[in-house]
Amino acid sequence: MLLKKLTEASGVSGNEKEIRDIIIDEIKDYVDDLEVDRLGNIIIHKKGNKNPKKLMITSHMDEVGLMITDIDDIGLLKFTTVGGIDKRILVSKPVLIGKNKVPGVIGAKPIHLQKREEWQSALNIDQLYIDIGANTKEEAENIISIGDYVAFDSQYIEFGKRLVKAKALDNRVGCSLLIELIKEIEDIDFYGVFTVMEEIGLVGAGPAAYKVEPDISIVLEGTLCYDVPKLDDHLVPTYLNKGPAISLIDRTTLYDIDFRKKIAKIAEKNDIPYQYRKTAMGGNDSGKIHTTKEGSITTTISVPCRNIHSQTSVMSKYDYENALKLLKAILSEYKKGEL
Amino acid sequence: MDAKELLEVLSNSSGVSGHESRLNDTIISAFEKYADDISIDSLGNIIALKKGKSSNGSNIKIMLSGHMDEIGLMVKYIEDNGFIRFTNIGGIDPRTVLGQEVIVHGEKDLFGVIGSKPPHLQEKSEINKAIKMEDMIIDVGYSKDDLKGIVSIGDTITIKRNFKALEGNRLTGKALDDKAGIAAMYQCIMELSRINHDADIYFVSTVQEEEGMSGAFTGTYKINPDIGIAIDVGFGSTPELPKADTIEMGKGPGITIGGNIHPGLREKMVEVAKEYNIPFQFEVTPGPTGTDARAMQITREGIPALCLSIPLRYMHTSVEVVDMMDIKNTGKLLAFFIASISNENLEGLLCY
Repeated sequence: MLLKKLTEASGVSGNEKEIRDIIIDEIKDYVDDLEVDRLGNIIIHKKGNKNPKKLMITSHMDEVGLMITDIDDIGLLKFTTVGGIDKRILVSKPVLIGKNKVPGVIGAKPIHLQKREEWQSALNIDQLYIDIGANTKEEAENIISIGDYVAFDSQYIEFGKRLVKAKALDNRVGCSLLIELIKEIEDIDFYGVFTVMEEIGLVGAGPAAYKVEPDISIVLEGTLCYDVPKLDDHLVPTYLNKGPAISLIDRTTLYDIDFRKKIAKIAEKNDIPYQYRKTAMGGNDSGKIHTTKEGSITTTISVPCRNIHSQTSVMSKYDYENALKLLKAILSEYKKGEL
Repeated sequence: MDAKELLEVLSNSSGVSGHESRLNDTIISAFEKYADDISIDSLGNIIALKKGKSSNGSNIKIMLSGHMDEIGLMVKYIEDNGFIRFTNIGGIDPRTVLGQEVIVHGEKDLFGVIGSKPPHLQEKSEINKAIKMEDMIIDVGYSKDDLKGIVSIGDTITIKRNFKALEGNRLTGKALDDKAGIAAMYQCIMELSRINHDADIYFVSTVQEEEGMSGAFTGTYKINPDIGIAIDVGFGSTPELPKADTIEMGKGPGITIGGNIHPGLREKMVEVAKEYNIPFQFEVTPGPTGTDARAMQITREGIPALCLSIPLRYMHTSVEVVDMMDIKNTGKLLAFFIASISNENLEGLLCY
């Protein structure tokens, strides 16, 4: 299954080789041009009927994770975060380190030896370490190097009513959508870009947009969902099972109002459920894309993910399928020259 | 099955205090190959008896205990949209359950995750506070209606964690406290199949240790042993813990010293370890140990007790770490100790 393969692969920002190779392998037989640029972005071109406006669809392929910063005298590993991670979700979790995926665990002080006030405050990153079972610094150094990337150890699991739990749903869900489009769409001319290092500052998107020079861009994302009980409706950024989320504004983009309305109209015309992303927090590659060179118009279409940026992100296959439907409907409008 | 394989099956299974019976088949099928008799008592303790040489009913009795229960969570309330509120069974640091995968043990087992708030939506001041257990929810992906007849208030919940080998002989998983103790008892019964011993040995997998040692109290009363030995886990050393409160990983079992422990028997245990070159350490606990040894000591007219601690890091989390060599050495030390106790020398050892 595609999403299982994509989420279980590792690709912490700056270390996307494994996920990049998997994506290239998936799409190489379905594209007219494919190049990996100097930053590591995958840029593909699918040729079809010429359209006066150039369309680019992007998805970042990196994920948040950790990086080893030190190995102590008894072989325990210190680390820092790569991308935005709530330090509180790291305790008592398994991880995989480096190319060889060495297993390790992030432990915690036994509750028996804690004072009450200790377990009321969050542990800082500098209080945490990874235990790989090594006894000495030398033993650890034989298999681990400072600078090794660390990914969460989390399997793809389907549960409940059509839900999926996995790590890196942000943004392998976007990658999966883009791969499906590349495989299925014919006769429509568009560029597809899988960007690197979105999570550490939208690094890959700018140079990719500079090269492609799109008139219109669609950014595919997994976005934050927080629909817990007793939260006022207006505080809920997105809901699960209410369809793909169309962005209004975030920290990096104020989305073009006419274009956003057009996208919503396409959804309505095709009876596709959708919702607006009702928060200004967060940001994505659109921030770089819409301001590159002379600027261009963008929209972000996202699959809502509970517990985003954690080992246990959750999405709904219902939202995924409707996101795919919406994208296909948008592309057919584009084909008619009406986007 | 070797002791490591037994440990893996037990760690991946679930047996929250009061709900240990799911483990019965695994434990019975492991011990029955070497035991003369196996029974389950009224609280649920599994008692495997291996008789001593020329057993005639007047043999001395040694009871070993490793507790089969584990800490866990329990369903407290089901929200209208199907999210589950929960509380803990046994001592759990709430910080260690955030973001975990869980199994809710209802009429059938349901997968779920304990949710977290996205960092993008948090106030700066929130990030340094631990989230209370009462503010966490489990997402099982069903509505309240869907859950009717499947999940009820009071159902137990365990963290889903795959047992895994780390570097060297280190192993990680959940509930190694005290499945490591059961694995050590299993190692011991295998060793004893090749060694002569006078005493009748009762290998007891006890229930409800984490909730007040209930199983150890009743099991000890029933067996009425001459010696009781608890096999539990001790705090493995890590940088944030005072050295004096911990024992070292891979350096053999901790032999407990303190009021809970019979001094004569403890000296004998040390003597045996030295004689057979089995690595050991001391663990100092002046008062009651908080293990089954405490229950044994004050049962009936009082029973001489010992406690061996297998070093374990990150106790009561789902990523506990043990060293397989420590488990094996614990089993061996127990076997040689048992072989050294005879009908003749026991009285002398117990003398003050």
